[in-house]
Amino acid sequence: MIIDHRQHHLESVRSVLSTITYPLQFVANLPIAIGYWASETFATRTRLQEENRELHRENLLLQGRQQKLAALEAENMRLRDLLDSSFKLGDRVLIAELIAVDMDPYRQLVLLNKGSNSGIYKGQPVLHANAVMGQVVHVNRFTSSVLMITDASHALPIQVNRNGLRTVAIGTGHINELELPNLPNNADIKVGDLLVTSGLGGRFPSGYPVATVTTITREPGEPFARIRAQPSAHLERAREALLVWTLTPPDQDAAAETDAAPETSGQAAVQTPAGEP
Amino acid sequence: MTLTPRSGTPVIIASFCVALLLAILPLPDWAQMLRPQWYTLVLIYWTMALPQRVGVGVGWLLGIVVDVLSGTLLGQHALSLGLIAYITFEMHLRIRLFPLWQQSLTILVLLLLEKLLSLWVMGAVGQPTPPLSYWAPPLVGMLLWPWVYIVLRDLRRKFQVS
Repeated sequence: MIIDHRQHHLESVRSVLSTITYPLQFVANLPIAIGYWASETFATRTRLQEENRELHRENLLLQGRQQKLAALEAENMRLRDLLDSSFKLGDRVLIAELIAVDMDPYRQLVLLNKGSNSGIYKGQPVLHANAVMGQVVHVNRFTSSVLMITDASHALPIQVNRNGLRTVAIGTGHINELELPNLPNNADIKVGDLLVTSGLGGRFPSGYPVATVTTITREPGEPFARIRAQPSAHLERAREALLVWTLTPPDQDAAAETDAAPETSGQAAVQTPAGEP
Repeated sequence: MTLTPRSGTPVIIASFCVALLLAILPLPDWAQMLRPQWYTLVLIYWTMALPQRVGVGVGWLLGIVVDVLSGTLLGQHALSLGLIAYITFEMHLRIRLFPLWQQSLTILVLLLLEKLLSLWVMGAVGQPTPPLSYWAPPLVGMLLWPWVYIVLRDLRRKFQVS
């Protein structure tokens, strides 16, 4: 039975059972949901106005930045066209809420309130305010469980934003710590470096921030440096999550298809370290 | 015994549902480590009180549900709860006669066994070894057993579950 599950034959059984147990999860979530509902309903007028003003200001700021981004994106596209390289562009996102339910305390799993009826698929990347949060591991009818990037069995292909150095970030089992075990002692990495997804492995879209490096211990006798990083997403405080679909522009579909063969071989090579722990 | 009428199935199911609810109710971090295995306690009680009705099969089914709820490997809890139900079934005549504190000690052993089996499964699939606080829930469960026992016994008498 256990071996069967390791080969993922029982995924459908699990999803059916999850649908049956959904009422339990719903009831467990109720106190928290009622609490939020009450705090929203009985909020004072002035507080709401204040919040509204603040959101308005933030919206303006973000829109301003967005304008610049659109221009940059267009420029980037043109340059890439010149280089004849294909890449994926555009993401569709869906906002899901976390269900306040405790799962296995020794794994970093959370439950989202969107499931296969919203088109969520297994392995889908999950973001939180533009930082990577994790990926979907089980999809049920109304819910889906997400494995956080800090789970000890999770590995994420990343690169250093400053110089493009590629490596793999592995979860430690602590909610605010990632480990980069595969970098040699003389690798060019500093405390405070931003790590972003590299897009290798084909699961996460590239370029999303993941973590910042917090400590680097270089021991002269050891071949690899011991590097720790802190996730940019506030994993322990998140209440909402963004589910991402990566869209390929139609005119570049053909290019992607012709490139598919070398791409898959590259992915396999990258996924071996990713699946290792 | 074979012809005793079966009644009170809803009570048994409801008690299991409440136990599962308590098992997934969000708690603060410090309390999460101490969360007792409610479903195991309830399973042991019913196996002890009504061995002709609740046994390995129910334990296994309950375990599957727990696995789905907690996102663990399908079968991890099913295995351990099935075994716990079997041991309780074998010993139910003896445990029934024990005074409450002695029962608690027996329950502690059973709860530790469940944790140990889970640990083996986790080790077998290569998950990291949990910290020492992993062993705290059985102790809490042992302290809670007299209350669980009394509450469920009163429930059973009130609704005449047999």
